[in-house]
Amino acid sequence: MNKVITVTVNGVQQVLEVEPRTLLVHMIREILNLTGTHIGCDTSSCGACTILLDGKSVKSCTILAVQANGKSITTIEGISTEGELNPIQEGFKENHGLHCGFCTPGMIMRITELLKDNPDPTEEEIRWGISGNLCRCTGYNNIVKAVLYASAKMRGVPTASTEPEFV
Amino acid sequence: MIPQSFQYESPGTMADAIALLEKHGDEAKILSGGHSLIPMMKLRFATPEYLIDINGIPGLSYIREEKGTVKIGALSREAEIEHSDLLKKHFPIFADVTKLIADPQVRNRGTIGGNLAHGDAANDHPAVMMALQATVIATGSGGSRSIPIDEFFFGFYTTALKQNEILTEIQIPVPPAGTGSAYHKLERKVGDYATAGVAVQLTVDGKGVCKAIGIGLTNVNPIPLRAVRSEQALLGKVINSENIALAAQFASEDCNPSADLRGSEEYKRAMVAVLVKRMVLKAAERAMRK
Repeated sequence: MNKVITVTVNGVQQVLEVEPRTLLVHMIREILNLTGTHIGCDTSSCGACTILLDGKSVKSCTILAVQANGKSITTIEGISTEGELNPIQEGFKENHGLHCGFCTPGMIMRITELLKDNPDPTEEEIRWGISGNLCRCTGYNNIVKAVLYASAKMRGVPTASTEPEFV
Repeated sequence: MIPQSFQYESPGTMADAIALLEKHGDEAKILSGGHSLIPMMKLRFATPEYLIDINGIPGLSYIREEKGTVKIGALSREAEIEHSDLLKKHFPIFADVTKLIADPQVRNRGTIGGNLAHGDAANDHPAVMMALQATVIATGSGGSRSIPIDEFFFGFYTTALKQNEILTEIQIPVPPAGTGSAYHKLERKVGDYATAGVAVQLTVDGKGVCKAIGIGLTNVNPIPLRAVRSEQALLGKVINSENIALAAQFASEDCNPSADLRGSEEYKRAMVAVLVKRMVLKAAERAMRK
């Protein structure tokens, strides 16, 4: 039996009818057409499907859409306004934090919560913080630099783009 | 991958949840954090007809101390356990274990109650609870009952919970001064199950004699294993390298690991011995520092 749920998606309230077995990531991509959230491994390993559920980063391939009833969802489409990059997106751009880009939306959503909890993380804290997100091309060094850049920018500390590191 | 069809129920009270369990019997499963159950349902290893989501029941998520006991609500997320000051104060082992459970996103969802009720010897909390000598509270239609952790795990994905019972709370005795605890698991990568894992809590007196000890082993036995002979090798004795070596040897002999991608049986037994040694030392060091 289908369920009717109410979810706030990127600030807009939506009423949707879903099958109980519909995964949250499928609701986001196929019902709401927000395809910035990716499906990578589909086994809660890679983190490509990471979104914020009531502000907490979660893997939307391992949550049922019905479980989001009454909650608020933020996807990669909801983090910047008026076409401006937010500091995390800017950090990725400035530091070559992406190559193919497949992991990037999940990375950015995870880092959004990481920097909210810990605005000035060390490199080790960043690496632990993104340990649930896999990148298979750029590697992690430039992603760590992107987070350091975003952290500095968000704290109002002068930022310097670093030479991208190719490994 | 999409699970097989099921009916979804989200009761607002524990009484309603238990009534649904009684009504649907074996066809129902409890949904807590969902990070063991939903993957199994996606792979169709689990095909419940009814899913009873307890996340909407208030009052199941808390960590508090009452009369010498720390009580943890079953719906407490791993992330909450990871950052709890109360748990950090009494049980440094929780900081060790939660950091090694999956990854930050999974810890935002996974619950301690689910980790135990799943009955998987590969999960990390069972060994920790054995080391801490925890008690599990199961709630059914007739009320609640206490189950000592040593009587909780039965077999492959099987626990002492009855079909109409829900794990609602974990109780852990606050240990006396001079107590330390530690956990480590050998894992190939973040998010992997343990190749081997060892949990230790011990109490030492001023002369370095072990007054109390619990040792639990992760993923080296069909069911979570308490290393009883290893405990006896240290209990009432001075914690020295000779006794620690004996405890490590006993644990490696008494476990029953199976060979898989993570290593041969022989390798896993060797790792159990190494980890027992290291965790006893780490727990003892923490006990003496306190």
